[in-house]
Amino acid sequence: MSDAVLQPSAASPARRVLHDVLRSRELAVALVLVALVVVTTANSNAFLFGRTGWRDLLLTPSMLVLLAVGQTAVIITRNVDLSVGSTLGLTAYLTGRLFIDVPGIPIVVVVLAGVAMGAALGAVNGILVAWGRVPALVVTLGTMYVYRGAFLTWAGSDRINAGDMPRAFRDLGTDSILGIPVLTIVALTVLVVVGYYLRTARGGRELYAIGSDPAAAELYGLKVSRRILSAFVLSGALAGLAGVVSAARFGTVSSSVGMGIELQAVGAAVIGGVAIFGGSGTVWGAALGAFLLVTINRSLPVLGISDFWQQAVVGALIVGAIVLDRVLVRRQERALVAAREHGPDAGPPPDRTASTSSGLPPLVASETHDERSREVTR
Amino acid sequence: MSILAPAGDAPARTYAAYARPFWQRVVLSREFAVVALLIAAFVYSQTQVDYFDSPQTLYYLFRDSAAILLLALPMTAIIVTGEIDLSVASTVGLTSVAFGMLSNDAGLPVGVAAVAAIVIGALCGAVNGVLVAYVGLPSIAVTIGTLALFRGIAAGLLGTESRTNFPDGWTDLAKQRIVEGQPYPVILLAFVVLALAFAWMLHFSTFGRGIYEIGLNDEAAHFTGVPVARTKAILFVLAGAVAGFVGIYTTLVTGVARAENSAGLELQVIAAVLLGGVSIFGGRGALPGVIAGVLLIGVIQRAMLLNGQTINIINIVIGTLLVLSVTAPRLLAPLQRAVSARKTARASDRAQDSAGKRSLS
Repeated sequence: MSDAVLQPSAASPARRVLHDVLRSRELAVALVLVALVVVTTANSNAFLFGRTGWRDLLLTPSMLVLLAVGQTAVIITRNVDLSVGSTLGLTAYLTGRLFIDVPGIPIVVVVLAGVAMGAALGAVNGILVAWGRVPALVVTLGTMYVYRGAFLTWAGSDRINAGDMPRAFRDLGTDSILGIPVLTIVALTVLVVVGYYLRTARGGRELYAIGSDPAAAELYGLKVSRRILSAFVLSGALAGLAGVVSAARFGTVSSSVGMGIELQAVGAAVIGGVAIFGGSGTVWGAALGAFLLVTINRSLPVLGISDFWQQAVVGALIVGAIVLDRVLVRRQERALVAAREHGPDAGPPPDRTASTSSGLPPLVASETHDERSREVTR
Repeated sequence: MSILAPAGDAPARTYAAYARPFWQRVVLSREFAVVALLIAAFVYSQTQVDYFDSPQTLYYLFRDSAAILLLALPMTAIIVTGEIDLSVASTVGLTSVAFGMLSNDAGLPVGVAAVAAIVIGALCGAVNGVLVAYVGLPSIAVTIGTLALFRGIAAGLLGTESRTNFPDGWTDLAKQRIVEGQPYPVILLAFVVLALAFAWMLHFSTFGRGIYEIGLNDEAAHFTGVPVARTKAILFVLAGAVAGFVGIYTTLVTGVARAENSAGLELQVIAAVLLGGVSIFGGRGALPGVIAGVLLIGVIQRAMLLNGQTINIINIVIGTLLVLSVTAPRLLAPLQRAVSARKTARASDRAQDSAGKRSLS
């Protein structure tokens, strides 16, 4: 086994990259997404070539992409952030409020205020999780109630209408540059920056290390608490940005904005191959998952399926994605065992295992209970 | 055991049956803190909040808390094993729709439709159970998926329509009081029966000991002969069946079968269970605390509503309470250290009771 890992691959870098890409989860999700768009467009040209088809295809997922990116950073550290929907609601309302209360306020200031507020709310989660040593599921469940309650108390019965926000801001929600909507560019920029950071930067790699094995990361000397806190701050800040985006996109802020979107964000990440127990997955996958979820919602009515079935399809997709993950991990484990038993050349190099499994090839004899111990580790 | 430690070889060690006397074990427990808080909140509301002592208040308190009370029973057992079920409220929605359609559209007698709804609920639970226990998938991911799936099927079946045609006898039964003039709705009878059954299962049966052992250390449980997978699967099926029952109750008490019935209830149930002292990591918690936790939330809600607070403020309070309740051990840690430092001076060799537990963040 150790030989298999330590020997440099004989294949050329280009071939290895190609091999990785072809076997990646991201490509699989992307293919499903493309297939979905093609099939839907075949049914109705307007879906892609209509006046707003192309724009909506790119624009609608932008909010969920932002949330899914932040959620991925948190899930990678073996945590979860259920409060993003409430954070989104709060910042969306803040956006409208600022435009009403401070006439002539620059749009940039409003965006920064939204992001800052989201980051502050995320920091509360992070501090409670990292230093309170409280499971993220519980903390963010609590703050989900608190933030939502704060939002609704603050908003009371009034809602922000399109007339309350300046024309230039609302145009952001519909404008395009070179055929790509502005908000999509914002979301994709965030995606690329975070994706690059997670892949190359030390801080990003440490998030994966923490998620793979928190105890080992601590022993290794990583600043676990600080990293987890920063992941939550990132998630909160992106939820804040998503709040501003939603205000610009919809032009109104109602009390139900962002309700239940936290589970969609988690779902997008899971579909995109982010392991719920941390240490594995990319924001690219999560973003594709978000695109897929939103596009399914939009294409079902076109395909003649009542849009009431959307949620069922989404649910089936999430369950299907994790079952598929399981099957792939099983196959890989078997290949690894074979590689260990018959020498390094017998099986493919272990590229993705370290993540979903415990990082060690399970012994044949203890395979059954090894998988059990993994599933409980939450 | 006898092979490892033959009698007579070493001086036999003796252990006290318990380290503390009975009253201390009861009073110093997490559950008792919740019960005390419930009593305090109740007494305060009774004396300080206008109209709280009217029989109507208690009646609606029980009627509205009933769904959470019922769902909290299997949820407690599931969380004690270290798993979680986020899909219960969606199962309630699905069974509510199924119950409405079976009795209204298919023309089945209400009793038959009710049994069918409970079976459908159990099937939903079985889907979760198989995926979690036998396929070995993480329960939080599976039940997020089935949360969307079950609710989605309900929405697909009924859309935005609703079914409201239920015999008066049945809807009245759901709203009836046990003794006319008393604030106890009939659903409390069902709850007491189920609560006793679950309390027996969790605290007084071999099966229940297995549940706690799985939560504390599932490998150890596996090696001591606890059927880990089967136990978990059974609990998920039970959760589904109870959710089916709650689906019928919700339908009858509101008189409407809709796809959105009880949306978001799962988080309230989990919040109440955790507030009641069940550890999200599994292995710890008891039903009395959970029931007190649910009622505590109910009392706070009622009292604040009567005081003219909006549901939003109430949600803030409940969320804060939930966070505080789980951070409390951490906040109290310095105090506990001081106490245990005094103790260790007396008994220095007491073993750490947390050995062998999963080390989680």
